[in-house]
Amino acid sequence: MDFGFKLSPSSAINLDKVDLEKFEELHRAEPDVYKCMACGSCTSTCPANKYSGMSMRKVILALQRGKEKEAVSMMRNCMLCGKCTMVCPRGINTRHLILSICRIYEEDVK
Amino acid sequence: MKENIVIVGGGIAGLEAAAQLLELGYKPIIIEKSDRLGGHVADWNCLFPDMSPAKDVVSSLIARSAEANIFLNTEISFVNKLKDSYNIMLSNGISIITRIILMTTGFSLFDASKKEEYGYGIYDQVMTNRDLEDWFNTGDDKRINDSAMNAVGFVHCVGSRDEKARNSQCSKVCCITAIKQAIELKQKFPDAMIYCFYMDLRMFGKKYEDFYINAQRDYGIRFIRGRVSEVGENIDGRVIVKAEDTLSGKPVKVTLDLLVLMAGMVCNPDSTKVANMARLPIDSDGFLKSKDNVADIIESPKEGVFYAGACTGPKTVPETLAEARAAALKIYLYIKGLE
Repeated sequence: MDFGFKLSPSSAINLDKVDLEKFEELHRAEPDVYKCMACGSCTSTCPANKYSGMSMRKVILALQRGKEKEAVSMMRNCMLCGKCTMVCPRGINTRHLILSICRIYEEDVK
Repeated sequence: MKENIVIVGGGIAGLEAAAQLLELGYKPIIIEKSDRLGGHVADWNCLFPDMSPAKDVVSSLIARSAEANIFLNTEISFVNKLKDSYNIMLSNGISIITRIILMTTGFSLFDASKKEEYGYGIYDQVMTNRDLEDWFNTGDDKRINDSAMNAVGFVHCVGSRDEKARNSQCSKVCCITAIKQAIELKQKFPDAMIYCFYMDLRMFGKKYEDFYINAQRDYGIRFIRGRVSEVGENIDGRVIVKAEDTLSGKPVKVTLDLLVLMAGMVCNPDSTKVANMARLPIDSDGFLKSKDNVADIIESPKEGVFYAGACTGPKTVPETLAEARAAALKIYLYIKGLE
């Protein structure tokens, strides 16, 4: 219940208010996005992660939790090297997925 | 009773089924391609969750099934379907006419060298779960140096849940096997730091969860949620493991004296070969396809052909033994129905 004297907005994710319209569009374009089991292989092998915090695992999760800005700002550091595609045990074409995310969340990128 | 019953595979499933059929008054024929009985369990040292010695299980099975006709070093050359029976030709030249075949062909251990990024066969200090069991049995492995075992890592899901390795199934027993082996290593090297790199821990069986809690609380084994992506070697020959600690969201790197890969269960190519000869269908996971995966796991869609154990998918030892007993009863009732 909001009594009106909170100093900062809650950091809780309110799934009632998350708008997944774009994520659904992404899912239509990239059905494999739901195959991610968050094992972190992509992140640990990502050369950009060490310097920028880019994490494919976190991007996929953030998009599903409505934290699109956070996801897109991480994505800016991707160099499309494709190492994550090589290590993904579920065979997700992460490189293709990244390009689709760029296309669908385009206005957020600008 | 002179009904021929052919059991393909002399692992624990084949031996248990043979022992039960002997009790029921039949004299089954066991065909085993290697030179000894007991299958994979005979390579193991101790079994979870009570650390019972594997050799006790195997030797009691061998003793109980000793009256069966056992062909070692024998393979099946071909299988012909006759009107209401099968003609099985063995590699030793013997041919058997039978109305009943029990497939207990089991699984193969995933070849860990296929996952090149983990360095099995490339770096000196990388071994598999089977190599470690072998060391528990013999105490002889040049990778394990008693005076320099300060840090050991276990990699779960090697070749399991891995579409790149063309095995999307969970091998089921490696989670608990890793915990068992981690505890055993910690008992031998109490000062060593032991890490388990996992994606999910699946503690489904009796007392597995207790075993896991033991590993954490009593043995201080460190569990890191992240799949190992790469393994390298440093100038001292130690291995460097890279993963993401997904719970903290940070990359993690650790230098180890030994890395143990938990190779999973995959379908046995010899099982597929025999299945093709007898025209048995293969399921989408590569293992033999049962008549029904819920109600009739031990029956094949073919008349007179039955399954037991890991030929239909990864199984634990007690599950395999239970299936073997069920298959023996099923065969008994099937023969009764033929009379």
